[in-house]
Amino acid sequence: MENAYIYDHVRTPRGKGRPDGALHEITPIQLAAQTLTAVRERNNLDTALIDDVILGCVTPVGEQGADIAKVAAVVADYAQSVPGIQLNRFCASGLEAVNLAAAQIAAGQVDAVVAGGVDSMSRALPLSDGGAWHNDPQVIWKTYFEPTGVAADLLATLDGHSRIDVDAYAVESQRRTAEAWTKGYFAKSILPVKDILGQVVLARDEHPRPGATIESLAELKLAFDVIGEQGGFDAVALQRYPTLEAIRHVHTGGNSSGIVDGAAAILVGNAEFGKRAGLKPRARVRAFAAIGSEPAVMLTGPALVTEKLLKRAGMSIKDIDLFEINEAFASVVLSYMSALDIPHERVNVNGGAIAMGHPLGATGAMLLGTVLDELERRNLNTALITLCAAVGMATATIIERV
Amino acid sequence: MQTLKFEVDTDGIALLTIDLPGRSMNVLTPELDDDLMEAVERVASDEKIKGAILTSAKPGSFLAGADIKFMLELFDNGVSAVEAAKLSEPLFKLLRRIETCGKPFAAAINGLALGGGMELALGCHYRVLADNPKAVIGFPEVGLGILPGGGGTQRLPRLIGIEKALPLLLTGRQVKPEEALKLGIVNALAKAEDVVAKAREWLLGKPTAVQPWDVKGFRVPGGAGPMAPHAPRSFTAGATILAQQTQRNNRAPLAIMSAVYEGTQVPIETGLRLEAKYFGTLLSGPVARNLMRTMFVNKGKADKLANRPADVPKLKVNKLGILGAGMMGAGIAYVAAEAGMQVVLLDAKQELAEKGKQYSVRLLEKSLSRGKTTQEKVAALLSRIKPTTDYADLAGCDYLVEAVFEDRGIKADVTRKAAAAIPATTVFGSNTSTLPITGLAEAFPRQEDFIGVHFFSPVERMPLIEIIMGQKTSQAALAKTLDFVQQLRKTPIVVKDSRGFFTSRVFGTFVKEGMAMLQQGVLPALIENGARQASMPVGPLTVSDEVSLEIMLHVYDQSVADGAPPKYEPELSINLIKKMTGQLGRKGRAGGAGFYEYPQGGKKFLWPGLAEHFPPSKEQPDVEEVKKRFLCIQALEAARCFEEGVITNPADADIGSILGIGYPSWTGGTLSYIETVGIQSFVAECDRLANLYGERYRPSAWLKERAQRNQAFHPRMSEA
Repeated sequence: MENAYIYDHVRTPRGKGRPDGALHEITPIQLAAQTLTAVRERNNLDTALIDDVILGCVTPVGEQGADIAKVAAVVADYAQSVPGIQLNRFCASGLEAVNLAAAQIAAGQVDAVVAGGVDSMSRALPLSDGGAWHNDPQVIWKTYFEPTGVAADLLATLDGHSRIDVDAYAVESQRRTAEAWTKGYFAKSILPVKDILGQVVLARDEHPRPGATIESLAELKLAFDVIGEQGGFDAVALQRYPTLEAIRHVHTGGNSSGIVDGAAAILVGNAEFGKRAGLKPRARVRAFAAIGSEPAVMLTGPALVTEKLLKRAGMSIKDIDLFEINEAFASVVLSYMSALDIPHERVNVNGGAIAMGHPLGATGAMLLGTVLDELERRNLNTALITLCAAVGMATATIIERV
Repeated sequence: MQTLKFEVDTDGIALLTIDLPGRSMNVLTPELDDDLMEAVERVASDEKIKGAILTSAKPGSFLAGADIKFMLELFDNGVSAVEAAKLSEPLFKLLRRIETCGKPFAAAINGLALGGGMELALGCHYRVLADNPKAVIGFPEVGLGILPGGGGTQRLPRLIGIEKALPLLLTGRQVKPEEALKLGIVNALAKAEDVVAKAREWLLGKPTAVQPWDVKGFRVPGGAGPMAPHAPRSFTAGATILAQQTQRNNRAPLAIMSAVYEGTQVPIETGLRLEAKYFGTLLSGPVARNLMRTMFVNKGKADKLANRPADVPKLKVNKLGILGAGMMGAGIAYVAAEAGMQVVLLDAKQELAEKGKQYSVRLLEKSLSRGKTTQEKVAALLSRIKPTTDYADLAGCDYLVEAVFEDRGIKADVTRKAAAAIPATTVFGSNTSTLPITGLAEAFPRQEDFIGVHFFSPVERMPLIEIIMGQKTSQAALAKTLDFVQQLRKTPIVVKDSRGFFTSRVFGTFVKEGMAMLQQGVLPALIENGARQASMPVGPLTVSDEVSLEIMLHVYDQSVADGAPPKYEPELSINLIKKMTGQLGRKGRAGGAGFYEYPQGGKKFLWPGLAEHFPPSKEQPDVEEVKKRFLCIQALEAARCFEEGVITNPADADIGSILGIGYPSWTGGTLSYIETVGIQSFVAECDRLANLYGERYRPSAWLKERAQRNQAFHPRMSEA
């Protein structure tokens, strides 16, 4: 089996996913193509050496439809021989793209792949691609469908996490993010996004609230109590979890991941590719896995997939230096840390999506890149990246520096 | 053609008048289907006929829907989903022939058009409806556990859009003419006598003989499928709310929504076939049978007083006397005054009597503020209630209801005083919910005219009255009481005198079972959720708090004092109640603390201290087991009542349990539940539960023997 090495990665800063967000005027194809172009230019890369472009995209409809990965490769002036494929494992798509690339390399079927993801949430609204999961009445009953936010509140209820618990986590996420930006920890991998005139429209994450405090977050309104009660979702959650008396809603816009626009790309290849391209590998993908779990609460997959992955890799929690778990909601991270008994010091050390935002299809690749930079900065060796995904899924990857 | 008149006028307009012989309203029968098909073929093939009008010869009604009797026969014989799905084929063919034969068809809807009647009208190219508030249209099928199987789920959304169609299909709400026009369900309104003329006018103008959904490029108004802008409301939240409302026990609303969701994304004929398949899934299941039998057929019989003793002249209550102006008396006064009776509301003190009348004032103010009544009606209704302390005011009462405190002494006292004041023919009805009627009757000089009339609280909302026959109560008193109940527009059941009668006795098992579970270590939330998921309106711990644990203890003490201590007590519930009311000082909602905490201005929540005093087991039962226990223990008690002759008509057991104590309607009622499970499986299940949880679940020898013979409680429906 060949090793799959990571040679480089870039991410765009994340723009607020609203009509007044800085990236709203940038088409999703441009977001994706600019990251692919950056990978080419930064590495002086002969793109004819690339066997595939794999991009995660969670709302592959409208502007993001019709295999955005292949079209982005064309727009980024990649060699015509480079194909592209778009995949969707919901919020874990960007990481799944890396894993699929690594799998093909390990199997000896390809030499190099650009893997990553894109989602412009301001232009392609989440769930606007339809789907049986939340539209087909029979399926809604069968799966006990919950919107992710209500599911996050359900998870907090099951774990006994209070509003203060989740807000405290959010404050720390904001603090770590602010510190990382201030100290320039993200600098070498951030790709400023440019408009059609070549002017930079965004060079820094737009979403963080650096000064957030428990008090300021406490003022925010609950985000999912109305839909939970009026949409019947609380009642259905109790049908699924009948030992609960009620769903205690705790999540707000301040302790949930931000809705943002963004893209990321990672250059993955075997050793032979590195030689041919004249590039030095920075890390290798050691192991990866995906899992499904109870679909109504939906967000319990990360701990389960971590256990599955560590077992497959013959490793244990203590073998991992740093953990990145997507901050979809504060309750997801709190649940993860307590399920696996991991101290917060080793988890999301530079903050996460609560501060910076979660551009669905891109986030997995962003997390991997961010933690790789941090391993290098701290001179540590091994990191585990995981994201929960809709319908109870989760994906995880272990990387180690070489 | 037996069911249809066919005429053609000089303009070439055919008039098809539906007129089923021997019926006051038209219903869809196989004969009518055949006759309509023949008529439609004639319209289609006769070159001289330009178009056709469909109307009804029955005054005030067009067509009331499918023939239920036909479906009852299917239930008796058992019908598979595949067979049931084929039932709509004739209507499918008829309506598609009307829609596509090339000749314009107009429906002249001269009166009410429900279910199949509305579906027939939707198959026409034009609809004119009588402008008469009683000419309502609607789809009542959902209430019977089925769906409109004649194209209703397909044509209505294609006509007016999914967002407007779904609420009508899912609730069965009846729509008055003005709204029907506004919604676009009908094209025009006209006076009932002019609907045919209006239809003819349309046919002689420039009629179209093509339905919108048969035009190439047709789109459902507002969009269909998952990408429609309304999909998150209609389907995502819509289906979830259905799961909440039905607790997944009745799948008819879901089937309706699925027929709409799936069927509107495909051509009409594919959609109609999907509708037929979903119809098949419902008709072949037990819930449709249960709902039709209990809520339609048997409730209908009860409301019509089918078992009223004959040969007793009909009683019309013009003046009603009520003893006791407490919560029950006040409520009874309201519904009686609403039914047009003069009410004498008597209490020991004038201010108490006045307070009882205030209850009506408050209810009326509320409906006035909601625009549901007028100032004049309010004034007239209130003028019919006379609060008093004077027994002489009871003179001339046609019926008397006693609703004083549940205390034999007080009851005997007011009974004697009233007996002296009322006419010698007036029936005396006691609204006791616990005390045996035969004993109470002793204070009344004419024991044959003494009877129990058990109202439920709140009286204005609860549709049931449980009539209790004392040992000496006459058939004439029963007949008069039934007449009184009918005048109040309530549904009666008749039971024999016994402690707790029927409803309280059955309901008691539910409440006590909840407390038994708590003592066995079942989590209180699971107890409450399990009851709700069975579709009981509220959980047993909630009920106990509302009733008050003190009152429950009082009832128990009374039974012991009467030498009739309840079985399985005090272990079942009384030990717990004593602990709650005594040592823990938690007496229920009125006392501010019970199984729940009642924070001021906040939502109530289960008292966390329960975990300390009734420690939850590590292994919690599956919620299905909790549901089953609640349904079984009540059904078993109903079967005991039947065995003991407390209740003699199985329909009364079903109706009483649903309308009186909130036993879930999807079961068809307590005895229908046993038949839904299957009497043999039910007995086996009860034995299993008895082994696990206690002897109260043990089925009697009588029930076991009945199960061995596999003898149902209900007769075959088509013969009943």
